Amino acid sequence: MELIVVSGHQSEEEQVSETGCAAGSCGSSVDDTSQLPESVQAKIRNHPCYSEGAHHHFARMHVAVAPACNIQCHYCNRKYDCSNESRPGVVSELLTPEQAVLKTKAVAATIPQMSVLGIAGPGDPLANPQRTFATFRQLSEQAPDIKLCVSTNGLALPEAVEELCQHNIEHVTITINAVDADVGAKIYPWIFWNHRRIFGKKAARILIQQQQKGLEMLVAKGILVKVNSVLIPGVNDQHLQEVSRVVKKKGAFLHNVMPLIARPEHGTFYGLMGQREPTAEELKQLQDACSGDMKMMRHCRQCRADAVGMLGEDRGEEFTLEKIADMEIDYEQAMKLRAAVQAGIQETIQQDLVQKQAEQRKQAKPISRPVLIAVATKGQGIINQHFGHATEFLIYEASGNEIRLIGHSKVEPYCQSSASCGEQESALAASIRALQGCEVVLCAKIGFEPWQQLESAGIRPNGEHAMESIEDAIREVYQEMESLGLLVADEGIFHGTVNW
Amino acid sequence: MALSIGEACVNCWACVDLCPVDAIHLGVEHFVIDPQQCSQCEGYFAEPQCASICPVEEAVIDPKGNPVNPKGSLSGIAQARLDAVKREIQAR
Repeated sequence: MELIVVSGHQSEEEQVSETGCAAGSCGSSVDDTSQLPESVQAKIRNHPCYSEGAHHHFARMHVAVAPACNIQCHYCNRKYDCSNESRPGVVSELLTPEQAVLKTKAVAATIPQMSVLGIAGPGDPLANPQRTFATFRQLSEQAPDIKLCVSTNGLALPEAVEELCQHNIEHVTITINAVDADVGAKIYPWIFWNHRRIFGKKAARILIQQQQKGLEMLVAKGILVKVNSVLIPGVNDQHLQEVSRVVKKKGAFLHNVMPLIARPEHGTFYGLMGQREPTAEELKQLQDACSGDMKMMRHCRQCRADAVGMLGEDRGEEFTLEKIADMEIDYEQAMKLRAAVQAGIQETIQQDLVQKQAEQRKQAKPISRPVLIAVATKGQGIINQHFGHATEFLIYEASGNEIRLIGHSKVEPYCQSSASCGEQESALAASIRALQGCEVVLCAKIGFEPWQQLESAGIRPNGEHAMESIEDAIREVYQEMESLGLLVADEGIFHGTVNW
Repeated sequence: MALSIGEACVNCWACVDLCPVDAIHLGVEHFVIDPQQCSQCEGYFAEPQCASICPVEEAVIDPKGNPVNPKGSLSGIAQARLDAVKREIQAR
């Protein structure tokens, strides 16, 4: 039953970890998971989607076993399938539960850093209960060391809670974009409920009730719940602080506010209608505003519903059904190797944390103003991506005593000479727009043309730190700006016109 | 009388599990309904299930050849209002 499928709905996935303290200026965070209760830390320390500390080191995968969806979101198009696209709801190959189990075991044998298997679509996992639960059931028997998680729109959640508990699922993500039906009705045109299609505000009201009920039931069962929200300018931007407050009160442990992805070429309602995406600055402001109420996750990379590998990386093409069939795998041996590799990673993370905390204490000094810095990376915490090949940029905020990841911006790689990827010039302009608010972009390499355009947009390109650690490079660049007197607080935003 | 599925189908699978008589199958290009089996859900549900969950306008066709979900019916925005709504959204 292998399909040609096609894609699907918003499936939300990756998450994040949290970052910072309330206002983004108090400078206390290295990895704020350290502020969570020990019992929660134990559950997330090797989960790349929940722990920022883990996301550079541990890998995850999604298996696309859940094509059907029971709601429509305006940011989702159920038909798009593109191997070049990276966003929730997109997959290349739909799998049966049996194929998904084979693929998971093959990936886990090849990538020993793999700690997590999630089902996130391409539709809604709980609208495909047989396929989703058959996959979980087989995996919990055959690869018991791999953590299982699921991401849902919440409509069918309350009746699924009991079964989720049986499969030893420790993490669930619910996408909650609104707790007010007036706002919800602008995001969800309809739902399928009790064998009927229901439209408008009534639909939004039912969906919201189900989401909140499901959240409460999961928390009562001791399952960790992360809430994903899509930031939609002019729709829920003023409302997400309320969402954050409500879900925290009900026991969600982490809130992941993600930027809306809306491009006409994706064929979504918002994309076609010209709904704008938020800027990196708007996203950061909202995350900061919410963080007074709630732990915020900021390292989410909004990956595909069939993504494989580290966050931000997709090795799916190495594991097509055809290629898996040719692999010879010793599953027992693979599980032992995973255990050893992952224990080593855990130790490294712990040592890094101790070292960073010591450095932070040493560096407590008067604060220069913070700077947003964009980074092109393929992973491993290193600046190793060419500007023109980047499909996303990580956005960091550097300040006098901390460097923290605050989000990412997806872009079209303007250097790719594919007809489907849009006109070169407009893709570059779009990339530059996506980096609005950043003062520097760090990349492995960059061409002359984009260099000039970035500079005239007030963003300083910098290729001098290729293959260096992201944080070390940012620290160096920040210190350089500081020594040039560019970071005196209260001087407004520096726009790169100074020659330095 | 039976419903049918047209070229607008995007193979999202939403309808398959809902059919009370298992009349829906994956065809060459897209899902198809077996006209011998389809009962339009009469005796099972108030509304035909495939048409009620289908996310694509004009994909499910009634026995007279008309789409059960015509253009504009699922976005909730009639064609006549589309331009005005577009302007409103772009002002956000």
